[in-house]
Amino acid sequence: MTQESKEQQTPTSATRPNVLEARDVTILYGDSPAVRNADLVIPEHQISSIIGPSGCGKSTLLRAFNRMNEFIPICSMKGSILYRGDDIYDQGVDPVEVRRRIGMVFQKPNPFPKSIFRNVAWGPAINGYEGDPRELVESALRSAALWDEVKDRLDSSALGLSGGQQQRLCIARALAMQPEVILMDEPCSALDPVSTAHIEDLLFALKKEYTIVIVTHNMQQAARVSDYTAFFETGVLIEYGETDQVFTRPAQKRTEEYVTGRFG
Amino acid sequence: MEDLAVKKGRKYREEGIRIGLFLCALVSVITTIGIIVVLARETISFFGVVPVHEFLFGLEWRPLLKPKSFGVLPLVCGTAMIVVGASLIALPLGLGSAIYLSEYASERVRNIIKPVLEILAGIPTVVYGYFALTFITPLIRSVLPETQVFNAASGAIVGGIMVHPMVASLCDDALQAVPNSLRTGAYALGATPLEVNVRVIVPAALSGILASFVLAMSRAIGETMAVTLASGATPKLTANPLESIQTMTAYIVQVSLGDTPAGTIEYQTIFAVGSLLFVITLAMNLLAHRILKRFQEVYE
Amino acid sequence: MSGTPKTGTNLEKRRRQARMFRFLCAAMTWLAVIVLAILLVHITKQGIKWVDLQFLTSFPSRFPDQAGIKSALVGTLWLIGLTALVSIPFGMASAIYLEEYAKRGKLSTFIQINIANLAGVPSIVYGMLGLVIFVRFFALGRSLIAGALTMSLLILPVIIIASREAIRAVPGSIRQAAYALGATRWQTVRDHVLPSALPGILTGVILALSRAIGETAPLVMIGALTYVAFLPEGPLDAFTALPIQIFNWASRPQEDFHSLAAGGIIVLLVVLLAMNASAILIRQKTQQGKQ
Repeated sequence: MTQESKEQQTPTSATRPNVLEARDVTILYGDSPAVRNADLVIPEHQISSIIGPSGCGKSTLLRAFNRMNEFIPICSMKGSILYRGDDIYDQGVDPVEVRRRIGMVFQKPNPFPKSIFRNVAWGPAINGYEGDPRELVESALRSAALWDEVKDRLDSSALGLSGGQQQRLCIARALAMQPEVILMDEPCSALDPVSTAHIEDLLFALKKEYTIVIVTHNMQQAARVSDYTAFFETGVLIEYGETDQVFTRPAQKRTEEYVTGRFG
Repeated sequence: MEDLAVKKGRKYREEGIRIGLFLCALVSVITTIGIIVVLARETISFFGVVPVHEFLFGLEWRPLLKPKSFGVLPLVCGTAMIVVGASLIALPLGLGSAIYLSEYASERVRNIIKPVLEILAGIPTVVYGYFALTFITPLIRSVLPETQVFNAASGAIVGGIMVHPMVASLCDDALQAVPNSLRTGAYALGATPLEVNVRVIVPAALSGILASFVLAMSRAIGETMAVTLASGATPKLTANPLESIQTMTAYIVQVSLGDTPAGTIEYQTIFAVGSLLFVITLAMNLLAHRILKRFQEVYE
Repeated sequence: MSGTPKTGTNLEKRRRQARMFRFLCAAMTWLAVIVLAILLVHITKQGIKWVDLQFLTSFPSRFPDQAGIKSALVGTLWLIGLTALVSIPFGMASAIYLEEYAKRGKLSTFIQINIANLAGVPSIVYGMLGLVIFVRFFALGRSLIAGALTMSLLILPVIIIASREAIRAVPGSIRQAAYALGATRWQTVRDHVLPSALPGILTGVILALSRAIGETAPLVMIGALTYVAFLPEGPLDAFTALPIQIFNWASRPQEDFHSLAAGGIIVLLVVLLAMNASAILIRQKTQQGKQ
């Protein structure tokens, strides 16, 4: 079922299968477009980052990958988003099913005002998980590198954790669903440098099992963690390619100006 | 594709819950329809017997004794006296308290006054009726001995006490909504607190204040138990607050306390009076919302 | 005005006026406290002598010194219990629908305006509605359930408005987190929105029920009895309630019955106080639980 994609934007299609693919995606807030005619492929088990100045539509595009824009009443989309070749915006597709496979971590840590345990166990519980929730919670917390810090206080409120811990809890919460893809919307922008380093280390470990798409306004972060980088400006995808190439030999003038810090 | 498809069971459950919640939300709409239908049905029968103009413009209300007469103006007059009296007390007092709370009072004073206002607002109206009858009336009579045992003044005073907290808290909200930049701007020009409040803050909050006045008057019109207990059962056209009168609401209570069989003209009168009451209060509530809405537009 | 050479004296005058205005506003405010104090002292002075065990455990009587409020107190408890059972689910469901489900459109705007207006309809009009619909049309008679249904309609707007505010105060990020985990709308509402909004909803509910406890006019309309020498045993039984009993005593000419009414008011106010105190307690408890 997997479709071939436009060549200049599928730098990896030869080696790795694509998990997600945006095709001619235009997203509007009311009448004004936030994303215009974007084509983008997300290869399996890689970290792809989307960078660009604020307001360029990068978060909007990310939210289109798991249909989270549907909660914004004035937001509408044209084009299609394929997940393993299936258009997730098709009539018969349940957005709930999409979000179970494509998890998300938000800009500001948003744990539920419940215990640490419940935060992680809730997602699998509502989805009919039948195994031992304790094992699942432990493994998710271990994968998120949080287990050692919280194992003695699983029943205390998640709101008592530090910002960085909360964000890792949110990652653990997403991992507990055993998704295939994790979308991260500027996951470190509300964190201090130490917590940021923690999460970046975590990303490397996670990509063995998950496909990760990360939106960031921090170019150094994109350069450090990602395998592929897409550069957006005013809703238009300017350039997409391997991170090394985008940062060291950008094909587009605008990209070069941005990554060398001349604007944005 | 199969994987992502909508699961039938879940879809039906979610849809069922949505419909159930929607039906609950419809209860309030049905209530409105119910009120209108109930009032209209009996009122239409009533107007089959008594011409509309006789009801609205007749000067005598004597529906229970012969010769019968169905002019509602004496009841309207009684209600108007209560509303005017209550407004004279509650509106200035409420606005004054709100200015004090919003512009002058320390946090500590606010923490005392706010709960007191809430308690005053939460005291049942029958308690105010008792207070009017056994405290305020004797007080008036000790100053003005010609005052009747049941009198409009007593009902109006407790009416004022009753709606005062509402005016105070709504005006307080309106004043607090005035942007701080207006305040600091005016003080920076060397204005005194009095000048800032009277010339800048109150005018800026005027729509909210006016809306609270209208809502308070509407509340006073619908007030029932206090005026039933304190202001009498004598429908008359008078401007003397020391006499016994009857309000629209008190009349409805009077009839329903007796044993009036459904279908009789006496029974229908309470629906005619109730309709009038409903229309007046609804018009005032809509007016208040109108005023508030204009206020919001100015700020956006 | 400040440009005149007499600026100094003018300023003095303006300052004096400002002080007077401030004093006036403060006096108006403290007047409310004084009125509350007078009201409470007056009622206590009049009625406290009646409030004893005998008063609480006796039925009403023609003889003031044998009269009690047993049936009224029990009637009020029944009435409030039934009203809570009906109004809380409907009120919360309406609020959930309007906040979490309804599309922002004409219908939901209409329902909102409708609820705001219902909150301003005089309580006696609800009494007329209850009389025609519940007492006569559904032939429930002058029963507890007829009273409770009438009261429920009366306080429904208050509960809906308070619940909506509480639900709106739940941060959107919590909803987003739940949806992103593949939760359905109902799972999100049930497990996250409602628990977070519950303290606020509860406060609104208790305020609304307190209002229902004191409401007299609708009960007069639906014909709650004033002389009841028995206890209701089920929702279909006839009843009386505290405010009705108070109204009945207060409207008699004899002084002794007036002070009995004051005794009834003391009991009524104590019940109200207990409810509000429990609201505060519940709120504090849930807030502690969160920290």
